[in-house]
Parts: sequence; C-alpha cells; structure tokens
Amino acid sequence: MTASDSTAPVLTDTRAAWSVPAWLPWLLRRLLVGLATVFAITIIVFAATQALPSDPARVILGPEATEQAVAVLRGQLGLDRPLPIQYAHWLGDALRLDFGRSLDSDVEAVAIVRDRFGNSLVLMLLVLAVTVPLSLLLGVALAVRRDSRLDRIAMAGLILFKALPGFILAIGLILIFATNILPVLPAVSLLDPQRSPLAQPSYLVLPTVTLVLSILPFLVRLVRAGVIEVLEADYVAAARLRGLSERRLLWRHAVPNALVPTVQGIAMTARVLLGGAVIVEVVFSYPGLGSALNSAIEMRDIPVIQAITLLQAALVVLVNLVADIATVLLTPRLRTAARPTLKPGSRAAWKLSGGGT
Amino acid sequence: MRLPFPTLPRERQLRLGLALLLGVLLFALAGPVMAPHAQDALVGQPYGAPSDTVWLGYDYLGRDVVSRLLHGGWTVLWMSLASALAALVVGAAIGILAGFAGRRTDQAIVWGTDVLLAFPDLILVLLVVSMLGREPGLIVLTVAIAFVPGVVRLARGVTMGVARLEFVEAARLLGYPATRILFREILPNIATPLLVHFGIMLTWAISMLAGLSFLGYGVAPPTADWGLMINENRAGLVLQPWAALAPVVLIGLFALGANLVAEGVSRLNARIGAATGGKTNAG
Amino acid sequence: MPAEFAIGPASAPLLRVEGLRVSLTGARADIVSDIGFTLRPGEIVGLVGESGSGKSTIAAALLGHARKGAVITGGRVILDDLDILSAEASALRDLRGARVAHVPQDPGAALNPMLRIGAHLDEVLDVHAPGMTPDQRVERVVAVMADVGLPPDPAFRQRFPHQLSGGQQQRVLLALAFLLRPRLVVLDEPTTALDVVTKAQVLETVRHLCRRQGAGALYVSHDLSVVRDLVDRLVVLYAGRVVETAASHTLFAEPRHPYTRGLLAAMPDIAVRRHLLAVPGHAAAPAARGEGCPFRSRCAVTTDRCLDLPPWQEQGRGHGVACHHPVSGSLAVAVEQTGPAAGTGGREPLLSVRGATARYGKQVVLSGVDLDLHAGECTALVGASGSGKTTLARAIMGLGEDVAGTLLLDGVAQGLREGLRGTAQRRRIQYIFQNPSRALNPRQKVGDILGAVARHFLPLDRGQTAACVAATLAKVALPASAADRFPAELSGGEQQRVAIARALICEPDLLICDEITSALDVSVQAAIVELLRGLQQEGLTLLFVTHDLALVRSIADRVVVLNAGAIVEQGAAGPLLDCPHHPYTRSLIAASGRAVAS
Repeated sequence: MTASDSTAPVLTDTRAAWSVPAWLPWLLRRLLVGLATVFAITIIVFAATQALPSDPARVILGPEATEQAVAVLRGQLGLDRPLPIQYAHWLGDALRLDFGRSLDSDVEAVAIVRDRFGNSLVLMLLVLAVTVPLSLLLGVALAVRRDSRLDRIAMAGLILFKALPGFILAIGLILIFATNILPVLPAVSLLDPQRSPLAQPSYLVLPTVTLVLSILPFLVRLVRAGVIEVLEADYVAAARLRGLSERRLLWRHAVPNALVPTVQGIAMTARVLLGGAVIVEVVFSYPGLGSALNSAIEMRDIPVIQAITLLQAALVVLVNLVADIATVLLTPRLRTAARPTLKPGSRAAWKLSGGGT
Repeated sequence: MRLPFPTLPRERQLRLGLALLLGVLLFALAGPVMAPHAQDALVGQPYGAPSDTVWLGYDYLGRDVVSRLLHGGWTVLWMSLASALAALVVGAAIGILAGFAGRRTDQAIVWGTDVLLAFPDLILVLLVVSMLGREPGLIVLTVAIAFVPGVVRLARGVTMGVARLEFVEAARLLGYPATRILFREILPNIATPLLVHFGIMLTWAISMLAGLSFLGYGVAPPTADWGLMINENRAGLVLQPWAALAPVVLIGLFALGANLVAEGVSRLNARIGAATGGKTNAG
Repeated sequence: MPAEFAIGPASAPLLRVEGLRVSLTGARADIVSDIGFTLRPGEIVGLVGESGSGKSTIAAALLGHARKGAVITGGRVILDDLDILSAEASALRDLRGARVAHVPQDPGAALNPMLRIGAHLDEVLDVHAPGMTPDQRVERVVAVMADVGLPPDPAFRQRFPHQLSGGQQQRVLLALAFLLRPRLVVLDEPTTALDVVTKAQVLETVRHLCRRQGAGALYVSHDLSVVRDLVDRLVVLYAGRVVETAASHTLFAEPRHPYTRGLLAAMPDIAVRRHLLAVPGHAAAPAARGEGCPFRSRCAVTTDRCLDLPPWQEQGRGHGVACHHPVSGSLAVAVEQTGPAAGTGGREPLLSVRGATARYGKQVVLSGVDLDLHAGECTALVGASGSGKTTLARAIMGLGEDVAGTLLLDGVAQGLREGLRGTAQRRRIQYIFQNPSRALNPRQKVGDILGAVARHFLPLDRGQTAACVAATLAKVALPASAADRFPAELSGGEQQRVAIARALICEPDLLICDEITSALDVSVQAAIVELLRGLQQEGLTLLFVTHDLALVRSIADRVVVLNAGAIVEQGAAGPLLDCPHHPYTRSLIAASGRAVAS
C-alpha cells in the first residue's frame, strides 16, 4: 500500500508455525447455523407456495377451471397428502435439485434457473466490480475532505440517489440515454442467448448503471463514515503525533480498519441487489433470474418460483457466511479469540444507512 | 421526555424534507377533490400532448394525466405509512423483548431475523402476494413483515445499549414494575433511533409499493396509482413523456422528502443525545 | 505572562513556551490562553489541572497539534532553537516522534488493533530512521523493550495490542516514545487508566527513562498526588490559564494561589485522617468564562480587583503566581484529632455476608467472603481492579449473576437476587453508581426522578412529594431549582449529588458507594466525601468501595482489603493503614503512599 511494504519488516516475524486456528470451532458452529438457516428458508418457501390458505391448484388453473380439473391437478401435485409429508417429499426432491417441471413451459424448473442464473450472475458481478472500487475510492476521498464543499455536495447527491426507487432511476436513464435526449444505448436488453452477455456489452450498460447507482450511495457513505471514525480514533491521533504522514495514516491505519465494516456492507448489498434486480431486469427486459421470477409469478409457475426464491435466499446466506468469515479473518481480535462473537445487531445498524429496494 | 423538536426546523435539509413530505401529502390528500376529471374518464386522444388547459396531456388510453395524478397518490401514501408503522410497532416490541430476554430467547429471535433477512425484501413480498392475491391490506401486511427483522435488530441493539446503563439498573433495584421501566426508562431513550428508522422504512415502503404497482401486483387498473401509471405509460415515453414522468417525479419527491427528514432527525439526535446511547449509525 | 525562571544552573532551556493560545474554531473562546513556562534538559515538569482546564490541549500544542475543533491562535513553542508552531508540515513530522515524543492517555485505544506490537515499533523506525540497518533496528528495539520493562523476545512483538494487559499496552506506548531517544517527552495522563500498583510501576519506569536518556518531560495529570514525587517543578492550570508554578516541594509546602491551596486542601492524604475541604462550584467551560480572574467565582478572598485579569507575580526562587491576593504561609491542614468511630465489639452487625462466592463463567470472582457491616460505621472495601470488590457490592444488592452464600440484614436472610426482595427490604439498602451521567435517566428531570422514588416508597400526594424532593435536594446541598433541570444540564458533581439524593429519599439504613468519586475532580470529590461523612454522623451506615487508599483514610472507620476474590486483611482504618500486615495491603499502600512520602 505504501512505501513501508518495500522495507522488510525485520521485527515482525511472519514465519509463525502453522497450528489449528483458534477460530475453527467458531467456523464449524457458524456453518451449522448457516445450514439451519437454509433449512428454515426451505420451510418458508414451501409454506408460502404450498401451505398458505390458498389452493395452489386453484391458483395455477385460475378461477374459471372446473372443480374436477382442480382436483386432478391437486392429485398430480400431491396436495391431497398431509403437509409434513408433502414437505418431506418436496425437500427430498429439492435436495436433488429437482423442483419438478415448469407448469408454463414444461421444461425442468432447474433448467430455466440455470439458463437465467448465468446472466444474473454476470450482471451482479459487473455491478459489484464497478461499485466496490468506486465506493472505496469515493468514500475515502470524501472522508479525507469531510465537511468541505465537495463533501457536502456529494453527500446531498448521494441522498438523492439513495432515496429514489430503482425503477425510477431506470426510467430516468432510459429517458436520457435510450430515447429522446441522447439515444446511444438500447432501452431493452435483448440478449442473444447463444452468446455470453459480456460479448454484448451495450445491453449491459443501462442495467448495470441503474443497479450501481442504487447501491453506490449506501457503500460510499459506509466507507466514508468508517474512515472518518477511524481517522478520529485515538490510535490515529497517537500515530500522527509520532510523525507519520497523513497519507500513511490514511492508508496504513485508517483504511484497513475501515475495511472490516465495509466487508459486511458489501454482503448486505448482495441482498439489496437481488431484490433490486427483479425490477431492473423487468424494466430492461434483461433475461435474468429476476425477470424469470416475475414471469413465473405472473404465470403461477410454482416450481420455478420455488427454485428461484430458494436459490436467492440461499445465496444471501452464503454471502453473509463468507462476509462473517472474512470479518473474523480480517480482525485480529476475532481471529485470535477462541470464541469470536460478531455482534448480531451490527448488520442491521449498517442497514440503517443503506437503501431499500 | 425531551425530543429535539424545538430545534428541529433549523436544520436546512430537514426543513426541505419536511416541506417536500408535507407538499406531497397535501397533494395526495386534497387531490381527489381538486381533480378536474374522474380517474377513469376517457377525455382525450391516447398520448395526447399537453396544452394550456391540459397541463400534462393524456395517457395511453386518453385519460387526463393531471386528474390521474391527483387521484393516484392516496394508495401509495396510506399503504407505505401503514406498513412502516406496523413494522415499527411489531418490530420494536419483539426487539425490546429480545433485548431483555435471556440469552437463548435472544439468540432464537436474532436467528429468526437472519432467516427472514435472507430473502430480499421484494422477493419475500412477491412470494406472498403472488400466492394470496393483491388485497391492499395483505400487501401492507407482507411489506411490514419484510421490514420487521430490521426493526427487531435495531430495537434489540438500542435496548441492550440502554438497558446496560445504570439508571435502568437503579430502577430495577428500586423495585419499579417492569412496565414502568419499559415505558418510562427505556422507551424514551430508544425512541429517536426508532423514529429515524421509521422514516427510512417509509422511503423503502414507497419504493417497494410503487415498484409493486409498477410490476402490476398493486392496485388493479383502471384505478389511478402513481406506480401503475409509470408502467402503463412507459411505452409512450418518446411520444408523451409527461404521462410517465409526472408520477416518477412525485414518487421521487415523496421518497426524497421522507429520506431527508429521517437523515435530518438522526443528525440532530447524534448532535444532541449522543451521550444517552441513542446513537444511530446513519453517518 | 509567566516570565522565565532564574533558578539553578544557567543551562539554556530545552523548551520555552510563550503566550500560547488555543481557541475553539468557530466560537470566539479560548481553550487556553497566555500559557508560558520553560523546561530545562533532563527536567520533569508536571502540568496539573482539573478536567476542562486545557492541559491536554497544551500537551498536543507542544507537538504543534490541535485536536479537531480547536486551533492554535498564538504564541511560541520553542524547542532548542526551533519554533514548533511556525514549523513547516514536513519539519513538524520529522520532529514528532523523533525529537518530541507524545505518550497518550488511554493505552487500550491508542494502539492500532490491526497492527502487531513489532509493526508499531517498525513503523516509527521506517519513518524517522530509514537509514538504520536491520541489525541496528533490532538492537534498538530490544534495548527499548528492556528499558520499559517488556519482554524483549520476538514472540512478544508478534502479539496484537488486545493480547496485552493495560500496563503492558502503556509500556508499549512508552517504548514507542523513547525508541528514538527524544529530547522532550510529553506524557498526557499516561497512568489514569491503570490500577494503583501498575500505575506506580509505570511512573517508576517513566522517571527512570527520563533520567537515563536525559530527556526533558512534561507530565500532564489531573492528580497532584500522582506527580508529587515524579516531577521537579509543577505548573498549575485553572480554566485555561497558568495560575501558579513552583518547584514541587515549594508548591506543596507553600502554595500561594487560592486555587492551588484549595486543591491541596481537598486532596485526601493516606498518612493522616482529616476533613477534606472542597472548592465550591466548578470551573466554567471555555465559552462561559468571563473577564477577570478565572477563579473569581470560586475564590474565598475575592475583591473588586479580581474583575481584572491578575498579573503574573514572581515570588522568588522560581515561584510564580497569577493572583491579586496571593496567600502566604504554609498550608495548615486540619488533622482530625478524633479518630474513626469507636469500636463495635459485641453489637450485632447491621448486615452480614457469609461465605459469598461468585463466578463469572468459569472464573471464580469471589471465594467464600465473610463481611460484617455495623450500624453507623463506614467500611471501606478496597482492592485493585479485578479484586472482586464491585462484585461483592453488587452481590449485596442482589445484582450478582452467579452468586451463592448467605446475606443477613438485621439477622434476617435476604434474597440473593434483587427480584426476590420486597419493597421494604429494597428501601433499606441503596446503591450509588460510579458514573453519575449513566446513573440518571437523561430524559427525566431531576424532580421527576426523585419524586417517583418518593412516591414509590411512601404514600405521598403531589404537594408532599414536591416538599420531600426539595428537602432531599437541600440535604445534598443542591438548590431547589435543580428539580427542573435535566441531568445533562448539571455538572458531574451535581449529578452525583442527585444520585445520592435518589438514595437518601428512600431513607435507607445502608448506602453502598461504588467508586462514586472516581469520575470527579479532586475539588468536587472532597465535597461529596464530606457530604457522606455528614450523613454517617446522622446514623447512616456506609460501604465505600474504592481503589483510593488516601480517600479511605479520610472517610472509613474500618477497612476490608480484597484480593483475587478473598479478604486478605481487615480491621480499623488507622492501624491497618499505618501498619499493614498482609504483603498485598503493603504493596497497595506502598503504591499509593509514594505520593505522600514526606
């Protein structure tokens, strides 16, 4: 990061013998909790789709269908069996990645998910690849210039983007870049399914920009607040009085400490992104998971709905798990503790400053 | 109870936010009375252009955009307020309980919020709405459920912060009844962060409800609704941009107003009550 | 402005501070003004003032730094021949940490939690001594580690700050400061966060290092007793101005400024039991300081002349004072002739604790403690931090988590958890917390806080409640108008009085005071202690939990010494403090006794 890394740190011997890390029991416990969470999620998905006081068969066939037809479908779906048995069967199939055939298109629900997941993943990763470095840079820059004119203007602008719903941003962007004013980009993302989305970048620009704009304010403010807090910490003040340059204070002392909450913040944006992607994908007709979920819901395509919601929730759990592990590994106090305790409320506190969908 | 209200309007952002919020509220409440036409009256050409008398032109079916705007704010308004309020009350109750309960109950509640927080807000709402239908009451309920885990986490955190302070312990030692400790000692000291969060939830609810309408899961046509109007007239963005843009602007102003108020209050609180443990992380 | 001293060998001063002024940004208020003093090579000067006097501001200004919200607006700080305040940013950086070192206050917060100890040390060498060879670096680091009393082995340097004790952390900060053999070391209350034994050891290290390296040192403290034996000369600060400077022994023997005299009279003394004389009132915040003598409103000898800022007066032999009416003569301290309350043999104790044990997780905090409190007596419960004294006090209140044993009040068994106790039982024992700002609900007015307690225990109507509140406020020497204030509008001392009033309004038999003066200034502490002594005369029984043995001498009849969860010694206060038997008690007294060795 700075010149210090070039001079060999003679006093910090990093050749410490490898031993079983103290946090291993924590990790195992954390993995178990993650599994339990996924299990609970399957119950919610199942309950919402098959156990709520609505008849899925009736939902699927619509109000005009005859009682007889509904009864036949109920039998096909196994809805006449007791709920726990239905759930057990459903879960067993789900574990084998078998959610049944799509009621709409008669292909495997999993196949639909697989096709669309790639596109969504490309979009998400692209958004993160833009947002994370950008927000780090902007956050640090604003933190250093806190309370200046530039900082105040930037913060006011960020509030604007944070407040605006994603689809409003999307429509604004379409209006500017795809219709009257500056018609340079396509308003809808008609991806050629035979080629990778990355090979068709013009379709990716507007969805990416929309999602970046909707999560950037949260991350920038998080980084900015984190860096400011650390810059005002006692240990930075003490280091300053040891004659360290401001640059060194920033990059060696402030930023590494501010990075830890940022990791959790990035994990939180994953959830916001997955939700926001539904609307953005619909607006731009982007063939991803979100638009697939939307059409599945329109068609009452229960297997596809189940597969997608389950996948998304499991993804959120996975991302949080990775973020927790990263937090423990990045924080010496947690890394060396026998029983690291991540404050469970902390993620919600960060959410406070973040944006919704 | 000492709330920062005497100094409230001095913060410029806060004043702007309050003005926006009140303006949109007034527009939506008084709108139906002032609208020149019924919300579903076909009075012009589809995508008819604005004129001196028809300020914003006509929509995709030839209905007066101004009239539909004046009619269409009420739903998103009451539904967002109701869902944010419901989430606040339920979430705060559970969160305070978790803050006071033993370790096991607390852990169970936190884990429960973890489960719910695994679903992106909109996905959770879509899941329920798609199965149970689009009754407004039901939508409010599901949006509230989606917000509850966040409130629980927040309320739990601030309650634990305050309950740790010695004046609560002193109240326990004096033998004050639990309700008194809750309502006189704890609640006044956690009220501000919760109110700030209410404002933020309001912003989210506006986003989400407008988004639901936009996706077609909200109010059924031909009822006027800002989110729905955006979707209906989106195709005519080139021909008659005002039909979609006007509701976009109103929703934007509403969300922005709610956000500015929440931010302003939280900043005031950070300045005034930092010592009381009522600090929020809205930096 | 304090002029230069003409004392001792005519060596050129190492540091000269002249007319230093630091102001609040925005507001037109000075945090400190007209600060001037000198420091010769090898000399240790103590800068003493109570909270808000601006001592840390001065300490930072000596390195050309002002904290956020403050700005250096005038004066000169000259080290050797360099004016630090007008130095370029890069020159300032070269200076800090190399020629002038700073030791911060709170060791737990002053080390970067992400960096190992070795990396901290490395960084200073990287910045200030890039030319050193690896061998020289290791040699230097090993030497300084040994100097500050830390293990010099590489494994220790692999540790992170959180893996060290508070004392070790402070020693690391000392190592960082002394690593490059600076000319001047500024120590900003480096021992405040440490317990009494560790504090004494760290002070010893500081003294040793300064002498050995021949560095000048400015030692900032709020506590005169801490610096008494450490420093050569003292600078006393009040409300942002220097009020008196003198050689250490002169200042203690013949203080001239009324404030200095007040401060000394308020200081408890481990050697003799005496009344502590409080300085009435409290110091004004920078924006609220008026014209004239800053001490005017609290001074006993004030006249019209005090409406003008007092000039600096040299009293000879390096003794200077800023006062229109300097007091002469030695400080007559009223030593109490009457000893502590008479023996209590034969009487039934008011409260008995038998076989109290407490655990925190797997750790045993108390192991089989027996304690008797006799009516009308003040018992001091002393011990270093972690000795279990607060756990015992809380266990008596029924606030223990995992407590076993018997608790008898007037021979009647009490529930070990507060939830098991009835209203009448609760009324009889009251507890005062250490930190008054956390002990009062910030959203309730003082009158409401007290009134609610009164109505909770007594059947009072509105008028009777108000009268009761007013009477109790008067008892703790607060004006009746305090009832309409929120806690945040009161000073720390006033808040603690409200907390005491909340206990008194219950008309308790036993008052448990848990370190209740440790968050207060000495001059305010004296008033609280005298208040408690007055209450004791009226028949109240006190359990006074503290780490401050000097305070114990002034207030306690009996002393109970706790170490590692067990009582190691107990007895009447005088004999126990004069000739302690247990080695632990001796070490405690030796550590705090240093301050008064005369």
